[in-house]
Amino acid sequence: MTAQTLTVAKALGAGLRRAMTDDPSVMVLGEDIGRLGGVYRVTDGLQAEFGPRRVVDTPLAESGILGTAVGLAYRGYRPVVEIQFDGFVYVAFDQIVSQLAKMHARTNGAVKLPVTIRIPVAGGIGAAEHHSESPEAYFVHTAGLRVVSVSNPQDASTVLRQAIACDDPVVFFEPKRLYHVKGEVDPDLPLDDAAPMGTARVVRPGTDVTLVTFGSHVATALDAAVAASDEGVSVEVIDLRSLSPIDHDTVAASVRRTGRLVVLHEGPRQAGVGAEIVTSATERCFDFLEAPPVRVTGYDIPYPPAKLEGTQGPDLDRVLVGIDRALGRATSGAGVEVGA
Amino acid sequence: MPSTMGSTSRDDLSRAGGARTETASGTTDGTTTQSTTGSTDDGTRDGADTTLRLLDEKGVRHPDAGLDRWLTDVDAGTDEARAPLLGLYEEMVVARRVDAEATALQRQGELALWPPLQGQEAAQVGSAAALRGDDFVFSSYREHAVARKRGVSPVDLLRVWRGITASGWDPYAVNMATPQVIIGAQALHGVGYALGIQADVERGVVEVGDDGTAAVVAYVGDGAMSQGDVNEAFVFAATWQVPLVLFCQNNQWAISEPVTLQSAVPLVRRAGGFGVPGVRVDGNDVLAVLAVTREALHRARTGGGPTFVEAVTYRMGPHTTADDPTRYRDASELAAWAERDPIARLAAYLRSAGLLTDDDEARVRGVADAVAAELRAGVVALEDPPPLSVFDHVYAQEHPTVAAERAEHAAFLAGFAEGSDR
Repeated sequence: MTAQTLTVAKALGAGLRRAMTDDPSVMVLGEDIGRLGGVYRVTDGLQAEFGPRRVVDTPLAESGILGTAVGLAYRGYRPVVEIQFDGFVYVAFDQIVSQLAKMHARTNGAVKLPVTIRIPVAGGIGAAEHHSESPEAYFVHTAGLRVVSVSNPQDASTVLRQAIACDDPVVFFEPKRLYHVKGEVDPDLPLDDAAPMGTARVVRPGTDVTLVTFGSHVATALDAAVAASDEGVSVEVIDLRSLSPIDHDTVAASVRRTGRLVVLHEGPRQAGVGAEIVTSATERCFDFLEAPPVRVTGYDIPYPPAKLEGTQGPDLDRVLVGIDRALGRATSGAGVEVGA
Repeated sequence: MPSTMGSTSRDDLSRAGGARTETASGTTDGTTTQSTTGSTDDGTRDGADTTLRLLDEKGVRHPDAGLDRWLTDVDAGTDEARAPLLGLYEEMVVARRVDAEATALQRQGELALWPPLQGQEAAQVGSAAALRGDDFVFSSYREHAVARKRGVSPVDLLRVWRGITASGWDPYAVNMATPQVIIGAQALHGVGYALGIQADVERGVVEVGDDGTAAVVAYVGDGAMSQGDVNEAFVFAATWQVPLVLFCQNNQWAISEPVTLQSAVPLVRRAGGFGVPGVRVDGNDVLAVLAVTREALHRARTGGGPTFVEAVTYRMGPHTTADDPTRYRDASELAAWAERDPIARLAAYLRSAGLLTDDDEARVRGVADAVAAELRAGVVALEDPPPLSVFDHVYAQEHPTVAAERAEHAAFLAGFAEGSDR
């Protein structure tokens, strides 16, 4: 099939449809995913097409959904679970961390649990509380899980199919800001032709500063790179795509060339994904660094109410301040001890 | 399966918790089997709910039309029944012997920990004996007799408790998951697996014989009845009518917490609120447990959905070898439950029926001792695995972080090797 113009939401649906067509063991479970098509309409039309046995509306209990998915996978199915909102995943924490993530190790490799957990993630849409969380660090910290976050419609479709095909459990983050963003998508792209799921991608080459991010903030980073170029600064933007594993090789290769590193994400700073990237890059590239790496992240606070959420999600200006700090330039934000 | 299986003329589901409740004055809804011993004083809170029982504490067998029809193969009046009845007896005796040997091995430093099953032999052997090979079991960490019945060798049973491996057996080799330590989590796995059976049947990828589909038994304890996962399992199982038996061994104690702390009503009554048929059985009566589980499995296999079984029993030993139950329960309680011992009860019945002789007892004791000796020899011979094996199965497909850490630790270990500069 040739490329179509699809939103991220439609591209995800196309990825699910393709995976369900290719593999009869793929089942989709979640709240409101059947007749409604999910609160973001990602599963729109799937129940009509594949039936209620394969597109299953569940009772409202996230631990129950995840525990059921574990049992289905035990029986040989490939469940794709939709968690309705990021803040709802915590009640399923044990089933994800102690059961799903560890079962392969707990059975010496006898039991594979190829479960994909789709989670709408992060804020920026003026939502109610518990609807704007960035919980990726919890799952990146958990052995046995793979974690990905998509930034564009093609990856939404392709990486979702890769996640479903993977024999390990995968936490699949879908930034809510991107659901209605459109782009060219080939929903039938052979997975062998796509970049492997665990790899990062340089989305804009540059020579002065490496800016590492993922999810919806890839767009913020690209905007910042354009703005910085107006001032003569060349920013290389890396879309991590995968948060576990992290493609440290791609990050390190870039940092060795630029000598400067900025990491951008919306989740809280303390022990966040940025801490891992900065530490690893420092370990690998210490002799190449011209300045201390910089983290531009959400603050270590509960996600704020809608009218205040601009404080939490790093915007273009905060990224530019971060780039300035990495360059050793004085700005209005420079000189402030951050994270001390 | 008993030949009377399909002959019921009454609604089996009428045994549902809440739907069938004896009042304190002893009247019933009149539609179902009731305890033929007339005794409901079995440690439950108020004695107001029927507990199904076939063998009383003296080993006297009482008829019960509702249950007996599931037990035609172990009807002591037939010659064919001798072998299966002695088989149940042997399983229970061996289970207790394995348990005692494991406790001794822990005391001698050969095991890191052991959760004894003593007292629960009938609940485990009776329920496991009702299973088919293609059924699947999700258990807690105390179901040693169930695992043995599924085909797990005694040494494999103890590997985990020796602390040398994450898993003692391949779940698919015996159709039983490895033990679950997180209380109640496995109930949901049972729901999911049973949903998978339903889906397999609808897709036509499994054949369904005359006695129905495969089913799942998920074992939980009385403490687990407070967990969200178990309550969610009730909801999900009832909604989808999956082929599941939620089998609760109410052994009265969750470490030091009595069952009264977990539930304001008898556990069996909880099922009714979820729309799940519930039945309470004397968990120290192996025949009643077998009958009740067979009936529940039959319901599951034939589209009747889930059943909750509360098997009322008692944990005679500590929670684990690290526990000291003398701090929280009275010796008199222990003595009272010793009078209800499941093995002595079955032995008394078999002797009275002329099915258990001194020679039989000696033979079974010999079998148990042999299993224990083999177990001990096998366990003490188990060697520690190599350190790098901890990296082996973290992921099904290679993960660069773990691969790098494995290489790092391999290099670290190599630094201590003979000839190294270190």
